[in-house]
Amino acid sequence: MRNRLALSLDIGKNGKFDMINRKTKILKDILKDKTVGIAGLGGLGSNAAISLVRAGVGNLILVDFDKVEQSNLNRQYYFIEQIGKFKTKALSDNIKNIDPAVNIIVHNKRLKKGEMYQPFKQADVIIEALDDADFKTSFIEENLVNYPDKKIIGASGVTGYGNTDKIELEKLGNLFLVYDKNALPSEKGVLFAPKIALIANMQADIALKVLLGDNL
Amino acid sequence: MITVNGRKISWIENETVRDLLKRMRYTFPNIVVKIDNELVKRKDYDNTLISDGAEIKMIHMISGG
Repeated sequence: MRNRLALSLDIGKNGKFDMINRKTKILKDILKDKTVGIAGLGGLGSNAAISLVRAGVGNLILVDFDKVEQSNLNRQYYFIEQIGKFKTKALSDNIKNIDPAVNIIVHNKRLKKGEMYQPFKQADVIIEALDDADFKTSFIEENLVNYPDKKIIGASGVTGYGNTDKIELEKLGNLFLVYDKNALPSEKGVLFAPKIALIANMQADIALKVLLGDNL
Repeated sequence: MITVNGRKISWIENETVRDLLKRMRYTFPNIVVKIDNELVKRKDYDNTLISDGAEIKMIHMISGG
């Protein structure tokens, strides 16, 4: 029996709220059986994962090779005491603190070109949350080619502040791209939590739309 | 006529994706190119011709995640 304490629903006794709660429950029941794959657990991946777990996604595939550093804490979903831990482990722990029933498959490795798609065979939808632009491009290519039936949600241009109205969302066949075409690359621009977490949450929101379709 | 990122421009016979990137002055090395929603892989830029009326999206990937 799955213990979904953190996400249990308090079904009210009066009509309107009762109906809304029932709808929420139906959606959460769908999400419980879905799997989201996330490549990269930095500012995009860690924030997207947490939001998806809060939404009720029951299964995650998490891929990263890095360890948590002090400098990550300004935007990534980790805590001081997790510095030095693998991000796969640290994020799994944080997810379990929100919902212990989530199934997490971790791949603690650096993705290699040519096999970047491999960890995501079981995923219903894939989030590209990598750092390097070349790897981002290859990841999107490989997944679109190898999984013609899966949706890929990528992001490009996460630095800066004060211009979130310039973030665009493009749907190109199976590829969704959230992007700010004028943003500087991470090695030249400033990385702040609000914009990167916003883009991460846009990716998570698109994932929900892909998983739930037009249900309710 | 072809459409590139929402902008209508002239169609040129025998133009490849690589040529079009040059014409658009897109010098970024990492670009996702979709023609009529179909992905064009980076290794195919030189041998993929643009057909008249094509709807093209060229979005460059910027480091950061």
